[in-house]
Amino acid sequence: MTELAYLAAGVLFIVGLKGLTSPTTARRGNRLAALGMLLAVIVVVVDLIVDDVAAAWAVVIAGLIVGGAIGFILATRVQMTDMPQLVAAFNGFGGGASALVASAAIVAAGSGVATETAVVTVLSLVIGAVTLSGSFVAFGKLQGIIAGRPISPPGGTATNGVIAALTVIAGIAAVATGEDVWYWVAGGLALVLGVSAVMPIGGADMPVVISLLNSLSGVAAAMAGFVIGNQALIVGGALVGAAGFILTVEMSVAMNRSLANILFSGFGGAPVSDDIGTKPVKRATADDAAIALAYADKVAVVPGYGLAVAQAQHAVKDLASALEERGIDVYYAIHPVAGRMPGHMNVLLAEADVPYDQLYDLDQANPQLTQTDVVLVLGANDVINPSAKDDPDSPIYGMPILDVDEATTTIVVKRSLSPGFAGIDNPLFYEDGTLMYFADAKQALEETLSAVERL
Amino acid sequence: MSDAFIAGIVVFVLAAFVGFEIIRRVPPTLHTPLMSGANAISGITIVGAIIAAALADGWLAVVIGFLAVVFATVNVIGGFLVTDRMLEMFKRVPGKPK
Repeated sequence: MTELAYLAAGVLFIVGLKGLTSPTTARRGNRLAALGMLLAVIVVVVDLIVDDVAAAWAVVIAGLIVGGAIGFILATRVQMTDMPQLVAAFNGFGGGASALVASAAIVAAGSGVATETAVVTVLSLVIGAVTLSGSFVAFGKLQGIIAGRPISPPGGTATNGVIAALTVIAGIAAVATGEDVWYWVAGGLALVLGVSAVMPIGGADMPVVISLLNSLSGVAAAMAGFVIGNQALIVGGALVGAAGFILTVEMSVAMNRSLANILFSGFGGAPVSDDIGTKPVKRATADDAAIALAYADKVAVVPGYGLAVAQAQHAVKDLASALEERGIDVYYAIHPVAGRMPGHMNVLLAEADVPYDQLYDLDQANPQLTQTDVVLVLGANDVINPSAKDDPDSPIYGMPILDVDEATTTIVVKRSLSPGFAGIDNPLFYEDGTLMYFADAKQALEETLSAVERL
Repeated sequence: MSDAFIAGIVVFVLAAFVGFEIIRRVPPTLHTPLMSGANAISGITIVGAIIAAALADGWLAVVIGFLAVVFATVNVIGGFLVTDRMLEMFKRVPGKPK
């Protein structure tokens, strides 16, 4: 009976995940998955009661109350602009939980477990520990507690290779000897590895990292399922591991870089070219921007991380509404890796009530951009850099970009002429059709809106 | 290897393929809620955490079990709630059919 109930939970996870792949069914999908989770929890509690084992219920109930309260407060209080770090933190908790489940098995079993059980215990412990510490470093970077730029460990990325090798050796020793101490060494090294592996990764690569850590938390849960012989954990964990992996690969493809390159290159440390800021640009004021926008037929908005930093999602919606009232066609062109997590811009704009069918992805946006009069770029840089198309020496050469240079006029709102994360100049800024509006995105949008209203 | 372990491997491989097939070609609009929802599902480890806490024997096991339940519950409750909160905001143009 228990196994059948877990099967039902697994089916609910699959149906729920399927629902999450379409906008119309996503909310129901999420709730079905939550229902599956509730079912699995009820089943395990009933199972423990029926078996009439000497259960430490106080510990379970205390844990559920404390964890539930923390989760509830975080999920309901945190602002939408802080969503990437919140997802990273939740992910870290999940990975940590799987590592702890493995730890409990180590403490309970002592020596003498079957080889395959020892192997999955090590895997659950190590993968869970990497997920835990890696996710919290990602959280720190996104929250601004840790510098977002790449920070290489002493000895560079080779150090990470050494730590990874030592972790594997300690894991093998744990399986071979069955001694608890080797498990703890492997788990401790895995915690260090999570930190040293994520530290060298720059802020703009965070969508890939968060997605990969999400996949790892699934794998850790599946391994924990093998440790305790529970099918629900194996199904749920494998689903998430596979889903997270696909997303990770999609993000890498969107940047035209291999996963290995993102994880191990320490990209972003490239020297900044000296002549940035010395070439002439056309500066624009709020009035210039307002005139260009108000007399256009078709306007595209290209949001980037600058939009999130400035919390300008409501301001952009207000300006777009004002333009729409004047009969102007407005759409949003969103690069797959804009922002700090997959789909980051979509969530922010959704918060500001921008309908999702006005959000165009790369393939939909590029044909439209050739027929667009004005493009308003808000704190995006590398995803619109034409060097990716025509300069084989550029570090981002080959990355698919939004072809904003195809539009008649481009207004770039940026706080300064500083280069983006890749540390390279953007020739777009010096083109004739480009106006540079140096300001915080929110301030620029509000000033432009009042200028439009005065017209 | 025990039969149960081999059955587990079968389930793992099949579930992974289901995951691959479901997630292919998801619109970017849903990448964040999908990731967040999937992340909540990985909190299924809560089942293992409850077992570990309930069967805890000795102070070390109690501490580990307690922390496991706390961590997993944060992941589950927080993950599903925040995903729901995000999805609540996703709207189409009123009255405009897709």
